[in-house]
Amino acid sequence: MSVARTWRTRRQRYSLVGERCEYCHNAIFPPRDVCPHCAEPAQKEYTMSGRGTVYSYTTVFDPPAGFEAYAPYPVALVKLDEGPMVTAQLTDLDPDDVRIGMPVEMVTRKLSEQGDEGVITYSYKFRERLERQAVAA
Amino acid sequence: MSLENGISLMKPLRPVGIVGYGAYVPRYRLPASEVARVWSGRDAELPIVEKAVAGLDEDTATMSIEAARNALARAGVDPKRIRAVWVGSESHPYAVKPTSTIVAEALDIVPLTQAADWEFACKAGTEAMQAAIAFVGSGMADYALSIGMDTAQGRPGDALEYTAAAGGAAMLLGPAEQSLALIEASLSYVTDTPDFWRRAHAHYPSHGQRFTGEPAYFHHVISAAEMMLEGMGRTAADYRYAVLHQPNSKFPQRAAKQLGFRKEQIETGLLAPIIGNTYAGSSLIGLTAVLDEAQPGDRVLVVSFGSGAGSDAFSLEITGAITTAQRQALTTKEYIERRSEIDYATYARYRGKMLMK
Ligand SMILES: [Zn+2]
Repeated sequence: MSVARTWRTRRQRYSLVGERCEYCHNAIFPPRDVCPHCAEPAQKEYTMSGRGTVYSYTTVFDPPAGFEAYAPYPVALVKLDEGPMVTAQLTDLDPDDVRIGMPVEMVTRKLSEQGDEGVITYSYKFRERLERQAVAA
Repeated sequence: MSLENGISLMKPLRPVGIVGYGAYVPRYRLPASEVARVWSGRDAELPIVEKAVAGLDEDTATMSIEAARNALARAGVDPKRIRAVWVGSESHPYAVKPTSTIVAEALDIVPLTQAADWEFACKAGTEAMQAAIAFVGSGMADYALSIGMDTAQGRPGDALEYTAAAGGAAMLLGPAEQSLALIEASLSYVTDTPDFWRRAHAHYPSHGQRFTGEPAYFHHVISAAEMMLEGMGRTAADYRYAVLHQPNSKFPQRAAKQLGFRKEQIETGLLAPIIGNTYAGSSLIGLTAVLDEAQPGDRVLVVSFGSGAGSDAFSLEITGAITTAQRQALTTKEYIERRSEIDYATYARYRGKMLMK
């Protein structure tokens, strides 16, 4: 990812900042000029909760440049609780531990590095959801 | 030991407290016995049980973001009202480019905020907290975020490799009336003591071997703690909890005993045996474990230590707001219980240990 593109997309990458359509009220991610559901323009910024479930997944053994250090790693289609489907790496688990329907939550992690001297790109990934223990009565 | 020449404890003009706190401990654990197996045989005396190790895609920025998200979840404060983001660490991802702007952006605190990285070995986090107290206490800001976080590195085979760990905590400082823990007073105690260092282009730190004990850790921690107790007109018995910087299991226990603290007062915040030394995160993450269990009215003494060398001491009193705040984010214990053991080979890969000098 170029330094300029890394910079332009930082808000959506760091914290899943998308939009919610003012006309049909659907959540939209990534943000775009026109609502994909009703084709109306000018959307309102909306930050996703970061919670979702694994819709499908695969394991990457032969990664693109910049991702070599992390291979093999699981990549999933995550259906966010708000509706949008996001393609993202899963983290903090072994590829064998992934299952369809697994509840996940967004974390901000290192996505790639341009060698030892280049910029570090941070982005959303998803991990198995950590549940808080019930409050003792 | 007393404060000299009429110098008193530090207190801001406007009362300040902790309004939100959050911890982060990565998932992986390297048992000290595994380091011993590789480097010194199985019979070595082990300074801790195991240490927390960051995953391949984690660094001080990502761990700070998660701890800060937990602090904000507990505080329920609009991020735009936070006017400082200060990250203390000795493992900032960049030599030049602040960690703090990455954290501020991820938490939507930008653009009207101070952002800076702090350095003072293991007390960089409490150094940032002192400044945050002043920033809020002066009235310049209503909220200031201070973080102590590290992915500490030891040279392969060095004594520090058993303990150099990853983790830390975020503290959001704000007006005392909104706080879950009031800052009663603070104190900083510093001398020029070369017990541990890393030159600008060196990958791993060096240390003064046995020099790290008496003149460095014990002198600064005990001096700062004793001055705080005397300045407050109290003894160890007046505190429910004490949290001291934890380079290993032994040092904080010995210092606490010398100060008159009993085991029950320090065990809640003593995390080094099970997560290692998280450097700039060490005393602050110990404090989060205490805050997770503290009750209104409890008093807490926190003393950090940073090589080079110095200590920051804080006297806290827990308020009624603690009870609801405790459950708004994952507890420190919940993070610690999320545990995957790794072997030395996996550790070497995760931490880029193939570099040997
Ligand atoms: Zn629409």
